[in-house]
Amino acid sequence: MKLDSKIPEGPIGDKWTKHKFKLKLVNPANRRKYDIIVVGTGLAGSSAAASLGEMGYNVKVFCFQDSPRRAHSIAAQGGINSAKNYRNDGDSVYRLFYDTVKGGDYRAREGNVHRLAEVSVNIIDQCVAQGVPFAREYGGLLDNRSFGGAQVARTFYARGQTGQQLLLGAYSALERQVNEGTVKQYTRHEMLDVVTIDGIAKGVVVRDLVTGEIESHSAHAVLLCTGGYGNVFYLSTNAQGCNVTAAWRAHKKGALFGNPCFTQIHPTCIPVSGDHQSKLTLMSESLRNDGRVWVPAKPGDKRVAADIPEGERDYFLERKYPSFGNLVPRDVASRNAKEMCDEGKGVGASGLAVYLDFADSIKRLGEDAVRAKYGNLFDMYAQITGENPYKTPMRIYPAVHYTMGGLWVDYNLSTTVKGLYALGEANFSDHGANRLGASALMQGLADGYFVIPATLSDYLAEIGPKAVDKNHPAFAEAVKSVKDQTAKLLAINGKKTANEYHKELGKIMWEYCGMARNAEGLKKAQKLIQELRADFWKNVKVSGEAEDLNPNLERAGRVADFLELGELMVVDALNRNESCGGHFREEYQTDENEAQRDDDHYAYVAAWEYKGDNQPEELHKEDLVFENVKLTQRSYK
Amino acid sequence: MAGNMNITLKVWRQKNANTKGKLVSYNAKDVSPDMSFLEMIDEVNEVLIKKGDEPIAFDHDCREGICGMCSMVIDGRPHGPKEGITTCQLHMRSFKDGDTITIEPWRAKGFPVLKDLVVDRSAFDRIIQAGGYISVNTGVTIDANAIAISKQDSDKAFDAATCIGCGACVAACKNASAMLFLSAKVSQLSLLPQGHPERKSRVENMLQQMEDEGFGNCSNTGACSVECPKEIGQEHIARLNREFIAAKASSDNV
Ligand SMILES: Cc1cc2nc3c(=O)[nH]c(=O)nc-3n(C[C@H](O)[C@H](O)[C@H](O)COP(=O)(O)OP(=O)(O)OC[C@H]3O[C@@H](n4cnc5c(N)ncnc54)[C@H](O)[C@@H]3O)c2cc1C
Ligand code: SF4
Ligand code: FES
Repeated sequence: MKLDSKIPEGPIGDKWTKHKFKLKLVNPANRRKYDIIVVGTGLAGSSAAASLGEMGYNVKVFCFQDSPRRAHSIAAQGGINSAKNYRNDGDSVYRLFYDTVKGGDYRAREGNVHRLAEVSVNIIDQCVAQGVPFAREYGGLLDNRSFGGAQVARTFYARGQTGQQLLLGAYSALERQVNEGTVKQYTRHEMLDVVTIDGIAKGVVVRDLVTGEIESHSAHAVLLCTGGYGNVFYLSTNAQGCNVTAAWRAHKKGALFGNPCFTQIHPTCIPVSGDHQSKLTLMSESLRNDGRVWVPAKPGDKRVAADIPEGERDYFLERKYPSFGNLVPRDVASRNAKEMCDEGKGVGASGLAVYLDFADSIKRLGEDAVRAKYGNLFDMYAQITGENPYKTPMRIYPAVHYTMGGLWVDYNLSTTVKGLYALGEANFSDHGANRLGASALMQGLADGYFVIPATLSDYLAEIGPKAVDKNHPAFAEAVKSVKDQTAKLLAINGKKTANEYHKELGKIMWEYCGMARNAEGLKKAQKLIQELRADFWKNVKVSGEAEDLNPNLERAGRVADFLELGELMVVDALNRNESCGGHFREEYQTDENEAQRDDDHYAYVAAWEYKGDNQPEELHKEDLVFENVKLTQRSYK
Repeated sequence: MAGNMNITLKVWRQKNANTKGKLVSYNAKDVSPDMSFLEMIDEVNEVLIKKGDEPIAFDHDCREGICGMCSMVIDGRPHGPKEGITTCQLHMRSFKDGDTITIEPWRAKGFPVLKDLVVDRSAFDRIIQAGGYISVNTGVTIDANAIAISKQDSDKAFDAATCIGCGACVAACKNASAMLFLSAKVSQLSLLPQGHPERKSRVENMLQQMEDEGFGNCSNTGACSVECPKEIGQEHIARLNREFIAAKASSDNV
C-alpha cells in the first residue's frame, strides 16, 4: 500500500486556498440526496454534523451518551488557540504554524498544520456569532492569555470551562439542524462496526444501548469523530465512556492507524488515592504560573510539607531548567516528576506525587488574589482530596491526557478506507509527537466546521448521489458479526470482570509504555498483553442480557478492543528507536536527559495495517517533508 | 487501600420502563473516605457482576462535574447532601461508617425511568431544539471583535451558560418544572446582542416545548437553585419571565 498524503503542491500559505478551489462541489439541489453518518458529537462531530446539515446534506449523528452535549470535549478547561493577533504581540498564522510543528517535535505534516493555523481565526468568529461567552476585557473586546509556555497570548477562554462553552455552541448549532430536519440524532447508540462494500465505507452497525438492538445504517460517507483512546491506560483524565472501539473496528476493516504510541501525559493531575480510583482529574496547567513544584531533597523524607525547611526542599524544575523553571513543556515536567518519585522523593501516602506549592504566591499576592484566579480549581482539589490547598501544598502527579495518534488520514481527512473519514482526536493528524495546550479544541473545530465541509463534498461529487443498496449482504454480515461477538462475551461466564482486565491492562501500559519506555520493558509488555488478552477471552464474566440496557456488556466490548490496541501501541513504541515529544525512549536521550530525535531514520508517520487476529501488523511509512520549518533540538535550560 | 466504612445502600432497581421498581438493599463494605460516591457503587457492582447478577445501572461519564450525565437522588436530594456539586463529585468522606443511604433516580413525568437509576432526558434536547440557539450558519465572516459586549453582561451570560443540563432542577421541583434549565439558556442568549434577533420566538417556543414534554409550571419555590450543582440562580427565571412578557406584548406568533 502506497500512502498518499495528498498534500497540495505550492507555497505553504497557498496550499489550502488552491486546494479548496480545485475540490469539486455538490449542487445545492442535489445535496439532500446524499446520506452522511457522523459518529461522535464532541467538538469535531457536532461541528461537522451541524455544518453538513446546514449545507443541505442528509445527516445522521450518533453518540453513546444520552445527549450530544455530554461528549468529553465538555471537560476541556484551559482554552483554544487562534492566530487572531488581537494583542499585537507578534502572533501570526505563520507563528502558530511554526510553534505547532516545533511543539510536536517535528513529527507533524507542515501542510496540515498550516491549514489549521489559517482556519483558527475563523473558528473564533464562528463561536462568538453562536453566542459562546468567551472572557472579555473591560472595554468589551475578547480577552486572551498565554498558555502552555507560549510566548504570545493567543488563547481564548471561557473561565475554566472553555470546552463546555465551545461544545454547547456546536451542540446548539446541531440541535438547530435537528429542528430543521437535516440532521437525525441517535443518542445512546454505540457504533460497533463499519460496513464496507468492495472496500468502500457504506454504513455502520450500531447497538441501541437502551434496547440492545443491533441495527445497520447506510450512507454515502461515514465520519468518525469518536475522540481519543487515553483510557487504554485505565486511569486517565478522559471520561469513563471514552474508548477506541469505533476507530479500532475501522482499523480492522482496513483503516491504517497512525503513530499509536504518541500519547500525552499531563503533569498536573490529582494523584491516585487508592485501588478504587476510576479516573484522574486534571488541574489546569495555568496553576504552574503561580505554583512552585518541589519534593524533599532527601529520599524517604516522610515529614509533612510544613515541617520541611526551605533548605531541605528541592525545587527541581527551577534547579534543572533555570530559564523556563516551572513552566517547562508538559512532557518535560511529567518526566521529571516521575524521576523524583523513582528516586524515592515522592510525597503523600503513595509516594507518587510531587508538591505544587502556592505559599509564595499567597504571600506575594494575598489569598484573595489567588482565590480569584484559581478558586474553582482549589475547590475541586479540596473536594477530591479533603485537603485545603491554601494551607498545604497541592499534591500532583502526571496522568494520561491526550492521544496524538489515531486513524491515519490524508489532507482531506480521509482514512485509507474510501468513504471513511476521521476528525478530531480520533485522527492522528496535526500534533505530531506532542500537542500544545489549547490546540485540540482548535483542531476539532477546524476539522468539523471548515475542513470536512470542503473535502467531503469533493468525494460525494465524485461518487454521485446514487442510493446505497441497503440489501447488500455486507450489511447483514456486519450485523451478524457484531451479534456473534456480543453473544460470545456473554457466554464465556468466567471469573474476572471486564473492569479487572482493564485495570491490569492499564497497569502494564503505564509501567512499560507510559512516561518513559525502553526496549526491554516494551517487549515484556507485549507478552503480558498477549497473555492478558488470551485470558480475557477465556475468563471474563459479563452478566446481564444482550437485549437490554447493559453497561457491563458495553464495557467488556471496549476492553476487548483496548487489549488489541495496547499491543499495537507497544509495537509502535518499540519500532520507534528515538525519543520525540511524548514518546521518551530511555535509550535515546541527550547528555542533558532530553529527548534525542533521530531525524535521519524516524522523520516519518508510522501507519499500521491490520493483518488478522493475533497477526503482527504491517508498518507503512509516510515520510515527513519539512520545507519551511528548520528542525532543531528543543532545549528549555 | 480499602477503607473501613460499612454502608448500607437502598437502591432503586427497575428492569425497564414498563415494569415496576423497588428499593433493594446492598452492603458496601470496606469503603474508603477517599472514594467518590460513584466509585463506591462501582465496587458494589463488581461484586454483583461476579455473582452473575446485574449491576446497578446508572448514568455517568466525565466524573468531574461537567458533562451533566450523573443523576442520583441521594437521601431525597438530587446530587446528594452537599451543595454546588454533582453526584460524581461527592466523596464518601461526606458519610460515616454505619450510614444507610437511599439512592433513587430523577423522578419526573418528563424523565421516564429507563432502568434502575437511568432516566430518559431527551426532552432537554428537544427543548433546546425548539430555540436554544442563535441561527447562524458555519462560515460567518463578521470578525469576533466587531461587536464589543460589556464585561458585565458577558460574565452574566457566562454564569447562565454554565448549566450542565443534568436535570437536578426538575428532580428537585415539586411541580417537576424545567424552568431553571430553560431560563439558563434564555438568559444567556438574551444577555448577548447576538441573541436579540430571535429573543421573542426563542422564549415562546422553548416554553411551549417544555409544556408539551410534560414538565410542570414554575411556582417560584426556589428548590431548583438550591439543588443545582452549578448554582444557577433565580434571577435567571426572573429574566426569562421578563423576556416572555415582552414577547407576548408584541408576539409574532399569533
Ligand atoms: C480534562 C481535559 C481537559 C482538556 N483541556 C483542553 C484544553 O484546555 N484545550 C484544548 O485544546 N484541549 C483540551 N483537551 C483535549 C480536548 O478536549 C479533546 O482532545 C477534544 O475535545 C476531543 O474532541 P473530539 O470531538 O475529537 O472527541 P470527544 O469530545 O471525546 O467526543 C467523542 C464523541 O464520540 C462518541 N463516541 C465515541 N465512541 C463511540 C462509538 N463507538 N459509538 C458512538 N459514539 C461514540 C462519544 O459519544 C462522543 O460524542 C482536554 C482534554 C481533557 C480530557
Ligand atoms: S439549571 Fe442546574 S440543575 Fe438544572 S439542568 Fe442546569 S445545571 Fe442541572
Ligand atoms: S459524570 Fe459528568 S457530571 Fe457527573
